[in-house]
Amino acid sequence: MSTSVLFDVPGPRARLRNNIITLVSAVVVLGVAYLLISGLADKGQLQGRLWEPFLRADVWTGMIIPGLVATLKAAALSAVLALVFGVVFGLGRLSDHAWIRRPAGAVVEFFRAIPLLLLIFFAQAGPATLSGYTVGVPAFAAVVIGLTLYNGSVLAEVFRAGVLAVPRGQSEAGYSLGLSKSGVMRLILLPQATTAMMPAIISQMVVLLKDTALGWVIAYEELLNFGLKQIPANFGNLIPSAIVISVVYIGINMALAHLATVLERRSRRSRGPAAPAGLAGPTAPAGPPSAESAGISVVADSARVE
Amino acid sequence: MESLLDFGPLVQEFATILAGFWSTIRLTVMSAVLALVLGTVLVAMRVSPTPVLRSVGTFYVNILRNTPLTLVLLLCALGLSDTLQLTLSRDPGINYYWWAIAGLSAYTAAFVCEALRAGINTVPVGQAEAARAIGLTFTQSLRLIVLPQAFRSVIAPLGSILIALTKNTTIVIVAGYIEASAVMKQMFDDYGGTLPIFLGFAAGYMVLTLPTGFFFGWLARRLAVVR
Repeated sequence: MSTSVLFDVPGPRARLRNNIITLVSAVVVLGVAYLLISGLADKGQLQGRLWEPFLRADVWTGMIIPGLVATLKAAALSAVLALVFGVVFGLGRLSDHAWIRRPAGAVVEFFRAIPLLLLIFFAQAGPATLSGYTVGVPAFAAVVIGLTLYNGSVLAEVFRAGVLAVPRGQSEAGYSLGLSKSGVMRLILLPQATTAMMPAIISQMVVLLKDTALGWVIAYEELLNFGLKQIPANFGNLIPSAIVISVVYIGINMALAHLATVLERRSRRSRGPAAPAGLAGPTAPAGPPSAESAGISVVADSARVE
Repeated sequence: MESLLDFGPLVQEFATILAGFWSTIRLTVMSAVLALVLGTVLVAMRVSPTPVLRSVGTFYVNILRNTPLTLVLLLCALGLSDTLQLTLSRDPGINYYWWAIAGLSAYTAAFVCEALRAGINTVPVGQAEAARAIGLTFTQSLRLIVLPQAFRSVIAPLGSILIALTKNTTIVIVAGYIEASAVMKQMFDDYGGTLPIFLGFAAGYMVLTLPTGFFFGWLARRLAVVR
């Protein structure tokens, strides 16, 4: 950590102190790990028979892979729909016409302010009640509708911030070439905004992928459902199964998050001098700094909370 | 068809709904406090000079941030509480309440940690260099120069996290604790999934989230560090 300005390159005394702290914390960490593992062993969670199912091909082909496919299917479809929703409402909020701008703003703010689970419940129960229980909404559709509306609204704000962050000279140049309003938007602003906002968009995809797990609540048979309901029902191994499933989720999400970081680094590099290194080392994908200077707080990283 | 515009159920069940939202508020506040404490500890670990602590902090944040909250809460309720019999209270209701708070705050702490770290990153390197140049030690420069500026720049992100936490408490439904979304689900089962019920609950959540957003936005502007 010689790059950190928070502390000096340690001298002999500081090195000794650091080594002692390292030793003590390593002992504490190992102790906690030991307590966890011995605790699990005491409760019989480390028995071979509980873990053995994950070495069998049929468990993977019959349960985990189909679950993963269902999760990815819901995520992919909602991602595409949410992007469309985001572009439409994001640009709607930028419209010069108040009768487009205001309703688009209201829709975006509404869906952003309420919990996703409420949307999913209503997407499932609403149409059924309205039609006098003749129409049933499949769990898959309810999950996709909920994810689309919520993430679409978040993406609408991302697109809006991205468009506003494009330097004004760009659109002025477009107009001076004789492009129409929609031409400027389509050919000049949107491509630049999308490139600049790519890390934030991908971070939102991680949120979306994680939120497919809400399918559990309305019994959509995705990865979580297979991992925490069906596999434990067959083998009585809830904890091992939960651990395996989390590893799958973490792997996919970290790969996506890594992609966002790579894209951000690349776009930062192509935009000119590197941003000054922060005090606490690189932060995982955050919105481009230009978005904030446009007066809109899009913090991609905190958007990932949801 | 007339159920389409029937706000009656909202009036009839008003007490239950209020109780549901009260549970939501309690979950939010308790988890927010615990997540702030745990998140601060984690960020201290992540910027510390000790490599072991740094990697433990990074490991925790990466694991929790990339796991669905549904899975975290299910693991708390079904795994730790039911399978391993680690009960936090003899009363099952209180037990699930505390496990829900444990899951929510463990998950949210990872995001609090990242927000705080991003805040430390917004402090210009020159500030720390100046602090060092006038002879402040590591602790002094953190306490007097870096952290005061960092905390002021993370108010808005922390506000977003609090709002997200409020909305995330709905997922506690999988951990067997009754809050507002569970009340709505029950009312959908009892009265049908009508628009008034949905709008009523949506309004309830907006009453909680919108003022939080305005307050944190106001606070962030008021305390912003002028650079």
